[in-house]
Amino acid sequence: MTLAEKILAAHSGKDKVSPGEFLNVRVDLVMANDVTAPIAIREFERIGVSKVFDPKRVVMVPDHFVPNKDIPSAEQAKLMREFAREQGLVYFEVGSGGIEHVLLPEQGLVLPGDVVVGADSHTCTYGALGAFATGMGSTDIACAMATGEIWMKVPPTIKFVYHGRAKEWVSGKDLILHTIGDIGVDGALYAAMEFCGEAIDALSMDSRFTMANMAVEAGAKAGIFRVDNKTRAYLKDRAQRPYKVYESDEDARYEKIIEYDASRIEPQVAFPHLPSNTKPISEVGEVKIDQAVIGSCTNGRIEDLEVAAEVLKWRKVHPEVRLIIIPGSQGVYLEALRRGLVEIFVRAGAVVSTPTCGPCLGGHMGVLAAGERCISTTNRNFVGRMGSPESEVYLANPAIAAASAILGRIAGPEEVMT
Amino acid sequence: MNFKGKVHKFGANVDTDAIIPARFLNISEPAELAKHCMEGIDSEFVRKVEKGDIIVATTNFGCGSSREHAPIAIKASGVSCVIARSFARIFFRNAINIGLPLLECAQADEIEQSDELEVELEKGEVRDATRGKIFTAEPYPDFMLQLISAGGLIEHAKKKIEARRSR
Repeated sequence: MTLAEKILAAHSGKDKVSPGEFLNVRVDLVMANDVTAPIAIREFERIGVSKVFDPKRVVMVPDHFVPNKDIPSAEQAKLMREFAREQGLVYFEVGSGGIEHVLLPEQGLVLPGDVVVGADSHTCTYGALGAFATGMGSTDIACAMATGEIWMKVPPTIKFVYHGRAKEWVSGKDLILHTIGDIGVDGALYAAMEFCGEAIDALSMDSRFTMANMAVEAGAKAGIFRVDNKTRAYLKDRAQRPYKVYESDEDARYEKIIEYDASRIEPQVAFPHLPSNTKPISEVGEVKIDQAVIGSCTNGRIEDLEVAAEVLKWRKVHPEVRLIIIPGSQGVYLEALRRGLVEIFVRAGAVVSTPTCGPCLGGHMGVLAAGERCISTTNRNFVGRMGSPESEVYLANPAIAAASAILGRIAGPEEVMT
Repeated sequence: MNFKGKVHKFGANVDTDAIIPARFLNISEPAELAKHCMEGIDSEFVRKVEKGDIIVATTNFGCGSSREHAPIAIKASGVSCVIARSFARIFFRNAINIGLPLLECAQADEIEQSDELEVELEKGEVRDATRGKIFTAEPYPDFMLQLISAGGLIEHAKKKIEARRSR
């Protein structure tokens, strides 16, 4: 069995499971946010139970439209807050939290071998820790909150092997963008993506979170990594419970095995309006920008801010560009302060925001007008994603976003770091 | 369940931001969401759609966000079902859970804008009256049929909880 199959078997009381099989799966953690929780709560109340299955295993995070951008979003956040208090759930108020997928691993709430379901498509981020984590809608989450179980169809696993060593400035973001560019936005539809190889072993945890995060952009149900010493070190002072590590068998069956030579992958830019519309940075040409965003559940971690600061230090943001930097959690924010990164950003002329999903989904904190272009470290560049349907979003890693903010056009960090 | 309606045709990778842009995620009322259905891709859709109409698309319909607002908006706009060559997985679950029927049909590309369709859900049969053709959709797996016949996921969960209580 593959790693994903082993986790699902262990959570459904079976010795063996195969792709296509329907299972009733026990969940370790259930999550919802200020956009998806209101509908989940409404549906939960229809089920007719008074309490969630286990309040310590239900997490609610206000992150999409917070600090609340308008009255309707304040009402939604209030509804969620009151439910969380009444049920005694794990709840992170603005000021002690951040973006769900940065926050939950940081808090040690997600562990290897877990099954996690969240009412957010980027729940697959937690696969970086060797968990089986997948996004669902509010009604599914309502049922999981009530019963502690969820139905799942066992996905086939596609193995992605990245041989060799990645070049300088090539991060997890570039590996995953390159992969999505190769297989397409439905290239892993319904499947689990298992990432491995020498280049993956060399990746930091932050870069692994970025890769797992974007598995859904290839249509995948989950993105998953093997647990190694880096994972263990990350969890050392964080893990809130004991955990179990699973590994794919030597003779595990994969739907496909796709191999890349990581040493030949350049930093990538995804052009509008699909994450699969990628080009290597050397082929981008002259693309002027009005805004750059560095942050989100994809690239809002400390390593991302470090890289951005390295590029921005002693330099200035182009006078015609707005650079918006959003630490992914209060923990990341504090660490960025300690390391002096926030000062570098402000001196460079960037806006530093409190943690929020904000502009990534066109919520607030940097919505685009018609005709505007943005380079962004987020995960989606669909039509209208960051605001006007006539605006454009280009996806890239934090080094490219920072360099582009300095030059006023999409550019790699080498162009400014000479 | 049988449906009859006019086709609104879309292409590949219709994402959830196209179905219901995120600026409307600060609401959750179906009737309010319906007012903005498909606004990200066709701002005239809500003016044109009539009760019973059918959305037809090619591959990966509903990709992107997990927002249940997307199938809710489509259902509340009066659309009776969605036919596509393939669906994004979260959208697929959400639609079934809230009672918006989906049909996975390999020949969806042959159906054109404004065709008149008749759909027999149980048989998975799509009759294109305009073109005089009959297409077949993938049958639902048994488990999904149980879910649908229970009246959706919430009803299914209620039964599960009742069964536990009586144990």
